[in-house]
Amino acid sequence: MFPCCFIRRSFLSSVVNVRSGASGLGATAPGSKVTAGRRLFTSQSLHRAAPLRPTQPRCRLSELPANGAWSTGRRAAGCRWSSNRSSSNADFSSKIPQFPTWEPVAESQLPPPTKVSLDLVDKLERLALVDFGNQEGVNCLEKAIRFADQLHVVNTDGVEPMDSVLEDRPLYLREDTVREGDCAEELLRLSKHIVEEYFVAPPGNIPLPTREERSAMLKHADF
Amino acid sequence: MAASSSGSSTLKRTLCTFIRYRSVRCVRQCNASIRTVCTSGSTSQLQPKIQSKGVSSQLRGVVGLEIHAQIHATSKLFACSRVAFCSPPNSSVAFLDASLPGTLPVLNRRCVEAAVITGLALNCTINRKSLFDRKHYFYADMPAGYQITQQRLPIAVNGSLIYSYFGGRKRNQVLSRCVRIKQIQLEQDSGKSLHDDQRSQTLIDLNRAGVGLMELVMEADMSCGDEAAAAVRELQLILQTLGTCQGNMSEGQLRVDANVSVHCPGEPLGVRTEVKNINSARYVARAIDYEIQRQKKVLENGGIIVNETRAFDSKSGTTIPMRDKEGLQDYRFMPEPNLPPLFVYEDEASVPAGVNPTQVVMIDRLKAELPELPGVRRARMVDQYKILPEHSFTLVNEDGLTEYFERVVRNTKAEPRKVIGWVMKELLGNLNQQSLKLAQSPVSPEALADLLNVLESGHISSSAAKVVFQEMWKAPEKAVEQLVKELDLGLVSDREKLLKICQKVVDTHPEQLNVPTTKSNLLTIGGLDLESHTKLKWKNTLQADPTLM
Repeated sequence: MFPCCFIRRSFLSSVVNVRSGASGLGATAPGSKVTAGRRLFTSQSLHRAAPLRPTQPRCRLSELPANGAWSTGRRAAGCRWSSNRSSSNADFSSKIPQFPTWEPVAESQLPPPTKVSLDLVDKLERLALVDFGNQEGVNCLEKAIRFADQLHVVNTDGVEPMDSVLEDRPLYLREDTVREGDCAEELLRLSKHIVEEYFVAPPGNIPLPTREERSAMLKHADF
Repeated sequence: MAASSSGSSTLKRTLCTFIRYRSVRCVRQCNASIRTVCTSGSTSQLQPKIQSKGVSSQLRGVVGLEIHAQIHATSKLFACSRVAFCSPPNSSVAFLDASLPGTLPVLNRRCVEAAVITGLALNCTINRKSLFDRKHYFYADMPAGYQITQQRLPIAVNGSLIYSYFGGRKRNQVLSRCVRIKQIQLEQDSGKSLHDDQRSQTLIDLNRAGVGLMELVMEADMSCGDEAAAAVRELQLILQTLGTCQGNMSEGQLRVDANVSVHCPGEPLGVRTEVKNINSARYVARAIDYEIQRQKKVLENGGIIVNETRAFDSKSGTTIPMRDKEGLQDYRFMPEPNLPPLFVYEDEASVPAGVNPTQVVMIDRLKAELPELPGVRRARMVDQYKILPEHSFTLVNEDGLTEYFERVVRNTKAEPRKVIGWVMKELLGNLNQQSLKLAQSPVSPEALADLLNVLESGHISSSAAKVVFQEMWKAPEKAVEQLVKELDLGLVSDREKLLKICQKVVDTHPEQLNVPTTKSNLLTIGGLDLESHTKLKWKNTLQADPTLM
């Protein structure tokens, strides 16, 4: 939920900034505060233009967590976007849909929820060097996985997986010549400890503290 | 995973102690009285041993190799820094090699061509489209935390390497084997870490980080250390002929990791262990053979093999388990987002319009430029010069020996089969004795050709020629004719002179008159005088033309 919201807000804010810059700030409708990514939602009435529906509707979970107060509010009031930007320039057709094109996805359509066991938490901490901290962190991960489970609703039969957004560009092959190197001093300056032009590292990977050690460490920490 | 591996090792330990205890008891009983060993009580202990011995005799080793070959190029795979061995630490490191932010990988065309050429030489199918992935793991000599490799779709797949090795009972038969190559992929090398145990630190040198490697993954088609060593040697020769890799194992340009397991034929494959740190071609066979023996012994004693990584210690000739990596490593493979798919084109026609020619790698052009591969050369030597396969094997195996041989043949009237005998026995024998390389040989191909011409003309005998050869070795500046005259080894064909010599020999040794007058006997009689007389006598016998006897 939260990551999704953040992305949309920053995206819209960038659009809004562009529009304002182009048409001048005063021209926009009153009441719309255009601060960089802060308050975006106004209570302007929505112009009932025909909603642009993309071919594959973006879905949203019908069930939202309780601690998303403002997002619940959003769901109740529809999306309080300030869509009056389009009204200022009538011949500008925005690719952004004027109205939310979501359809909530029923729980029954999704696969069973994934439980993240403590062993898996340990493994992930070791592989990705993330610190889950406490149970809340694990819950956050589980919710993120649930959100991503919505992808299972999409039918991908006969569609080749895309591995790179650059797939329509040729990979540039360069000539086999030497153009870099000989910057040992610059690189060594970046490191705090060096020994005779070598970087210094501990003798092997330092193992992460085990669960017992960590709880002992946390007991002594000031929280 | 950690739990299961530790559980199995404790089980193994308890089993081993149990069996050791039983065998110790058996020995004590033996010491007490010899008879009791064969009778009561110990028969139950003997029987399981016989059974397990039967099992171990059926166990066959299964060996699969993973070979990393450093691509012979001027710059690295994704960065423009120099590929150099033994340069000052961290002196040829680009910002990308040090994984500084803001850098992006740019692929080197020479590395792509090298991989395609190697794939063509090993009969692989070249994938027109190949993809790059990231393989994540944390280690100090890989500052990025991931290695760019090709795991999903490598550049070449499904090839074969045909190699020959000396086998048979007397190890003089040339047997031919084929090992399948699963894939060839391009990947980055990591830096070098020097472990300083005294100060408990590791020193990192990033000169090698980012150098292009070709990883050749072979299927588990081999069964012993000799086969693996022969396959590695053949691959070394092929790569050196192609020029894609210099194949110097001591400099780390060719690294071999072996996956070894044992099983009874017909049953599923056993648990495999990975053997690393094999630094030279000789150690390949030793390391693999030791590991196969060790696994057989463990299974014989009722233990089980643990899937682990073992390092080969060349001093003791044994494999030692490396630091335990907790269970199977999960590399979290991910498509490399900064590199679009790599396209390689079949021929001019398949290249889309508007593509810059420097951006194009064409397979048929590279195929046309392939040099003569070692296998083809061996067959050609056998066909052209009518020599034995064993000899052509040795010819191609030694660096530069083929050229030497061909030069001698060009400059001499002698038959190639005689030439090969000289090259194999005299030349190689001397070189091996004095541990010299062919380039250091004091006898040049032309000098050897001269000697063989003199031999062919009948001026000297073959045994005399061998003496001359040794003299030529010591004094390479002297010409053959000069040496023959100096040593006075020219064949004596004058009948009168010969009769005089023989009479002299017979007169001086009247007691030997009863011995049949064969050439060898006369020679030996003449030779008996070596201690008391001068060399003259010995030369006399040499000079005697055997046919006139």
